[in-house]
Amino acid sequence: MSNSRHLWHFHGGLKLPGNKTKSTSTPIAQALLPKRLVVPAQQHIGEAGQLQVKVGDNVLKGQILAQASSYVSAPIHAPSSGKIVEIDELPVPHPSGLNALSVVIETDGEDKWTELSPLHHPKTKSPAELRQLIRQAGIVGLGGATFPTAVKVNTGPQAEIDTLILNGAECEPSISCDDMLMRNYARELISGCELIQYIVSAKHCLIAVEDNKPEAITAIHQVIKEKSLHTIEVVTIPTIYPTGGEKQLIKVLTQKEVPSDGFPSDIGVLVQNVGTAVAIHNAIYLGQPLISRIITVTGDGVLQPQNMEVMIGTPMSELIEQSGGYHKDASKLIMGGPMMGFTLQTDHLPITKACNCLLVENTPEQTPEPMPCIRCGACATVCPAQLLPQQLYWHASSKNFDLVQDYHLFDCIECGCCNHVCPSQIPLVQYYRFAKTEIWNQERDRIKSDHARIRHDFRQERLDREKKERDEKLRKKKELLAKKKLAEAAAKETDGSAAEVDPKKAAIEAAMKRVKDKKAAQKIEKEDAASSASKNTNEKSIQE
Amino acid sequence: MSILIAVLTLALIAALFGLLLGYASVKFHVEGDPVVDKIDALLPQTQCGQCTYAGCRPYAEAIANGEAEINQCPPGGEVTMLALSDLLGVEPLALDAEHEDAPEKTVVYIDEETCIGCTLCIQACPVDAILGAAKQMHSIIESECTGCDLCIPPCPVDCIHIKPVKVEPDTWRWPLPDSGKTAPQAG
Repeated sequence: MSNSRHLWHFHGGLKLPGNKTKSTSTPIAQALLPKRLVVPAQQHIGEAGQLQVKVGDNVLKGQILAQASSYVSAPIHAPSSGKIVEIDELPVPHPSGLNALSVVIETDGEDKWTELSPLHHPKTKSPAELRQLIRQAGIVGLGGATFPTAVKVNTGPQAEIDTLILNGAECEPSISCDDMLMRNYARELISGCELIQYIVSAKHCLIAVEDNKPEAITAIHQVIKEKSLHTIEVVTIPTIYPTGGEKQLIKVLTQKEVPSDGFPSDIGVLVQNVGTAVAIHNAIYLGQPLISRIITVTGDGVLQPQNMEVMIGTPMSELIEQSGGYHKDASKLIMGGPMMGFTLQTDHLPITKACNCLLVENTPEQTPEPMPCIRCGACATVCPAQLLPQQLYWHASSKNFDLVQDYHLFDCIECGCCNHVCPSQIPLVQYYRFAKTEIWNQERDRIKSDHARIRHDFRQERLDREKKERDEKLRKKKELLAKKKLAEAAAKETDGSAAEVDPKKAAIEAAMKRVKDKKAAQKIEKEDAASSASKNTNEKSIQE
Repeated sequence: MSILIAVLTLALIAALFGLLLGYASVKFHVEGDPVVDKIDALLPQTQCGQCTYAGCRPYAEAIANGEAEINQCPPGGEVTMLALSDLLGVEPLALDAEHEDAPEKTVVYIDEETCIGCTLCIQACPVDAILGAAKQMHSIIESECTGCDLCIPPCPVDCIHIKPVKVEPDTWRWPLPDSGKTAPQAG
């Protein structure tokens, strides 16, 4: 097992005290089945799943609760059998402390599985079929990023994967769930590793483990030796934080650097967390979806630190209770590790697929008052992404979001090294998180305003068209009327036919004409009479 | 003689370039004013008219013609003003005190009990975000609403109300540390 492989270094990084033995002295405990499981509908990066169940439904363990709604999405399964008693917006473990749509299952204690369809000879299936099974099992990256695994292992036809890296570095202090997983599930890990290797047709596979986990290294090595696998190799890497970062690990193992806006697959590498590999084994060989995970419950603030196998949806408070409860000085509950985790306001929150550690800190709540940046440059020395943290801080705090992007804000992995070394105790990472979410927000606004512009233009066009159509109609009507009048006038001239066109009108007109004629005739008669009278007066007088 | 040749040569060159320019102006003619498009692209497209112009595009045209200042867009707030100043190369202008922070995003909703189906709001909506027909209940398509509030004044029964856009974990923003100004935080 001697490390013949040549290793490289990534820029910066820190040597931190591990604090891991606290939770590795006892075997993995099986968390008790809780009475109520609260399962958030979205536990992955991408789009939320679509609920398939309603209140009152009885569900079996492993039954789908929410189906993947788009390509970058993952289904959610019932972690145990029981009845759905509530579907509502409930608190989820998120730095915002906001609520999100969750399904509440009242467990029946039977823990009865739904029908599973395990696959005994997966290599008779095509990689696409296996990807589909991984997708249906709801597997997401268990290292913390929770990106849907089925999408990640679909590297596309043009990307040739040379090296598959299984990330067992687990570099963040206090966390030991991957360590315990490798010690206890080495066989499943190797099996999952072979499956991924088959799916992406990787030439060889490196399982990277930090040198502070000798038991895990031995366990995996044992299995590899037993199965005499030649393309899978365990690599012991030095314990430097954050060597477990995807890009950092690739650099250490292959010397290659992932392009700033690219993916590892661009340079022929795919990285998967060791927990994800075990989940893939369970999904393919056992047919089991991802409904539980191993979690480290540790810190000075908890009495019996340990690792536990926990169902998704279990309340954190119960895990703390099963780990001996809180220390009397416990003051802070963190999800994740001390470097990258975030503080939770309450422990009445469910465990999700993203949750790898619950850290309870005892240190009295006394955050040091940040002081002005003295431009010492310590942050730039330790930054594993080779960024300029003080420039990023400067521009983020003045909300100059174009400039922070010029300084490659989005290459920041939020590892917290700069925070850790800053002599002025500036919460640098929080500035970067602020800038990132502000930029995403602006991007969302821009998309929304573009959409509104299209709708507005379309409406304007429609109104114009309608007006034009109305005008056109009006014009045509007028023309028709004018034509009619003209036709009538013509008809009048040729007489006779007018009666046919409108007998009533013609009759009236004829009557009026008759009256007129009569009058005229009478007038003529009268006149005639008058003139003849005047003419004949003499005669008359003579006659008389 | 040589003077004549020089004059003729220059005249010929001038004529040639004149033709070339004339051809280019016809061939590469740009429809509309690209500056207006660029300004319009930065505006939030609420079509609310708070800038005193009929909509975002008329305001963009007014800015391009130098008739309007760049700080007249309340929904865009400081971000839009700074983006416009950047685009046009003019000095940033102070916003009115009340518009200094980007305002909280809102949408409207119809109290469907009260709605009489008069369609007046439908005619007022600049982005066709209201669904309904005469004497039928109307409803706001929330995802399309820009929060311009133009539908509120025409409503004869005051059944349209403003509500803030709900912040989801996905759209939540980290606050700026140690500063009085924090991003909107939901309870």
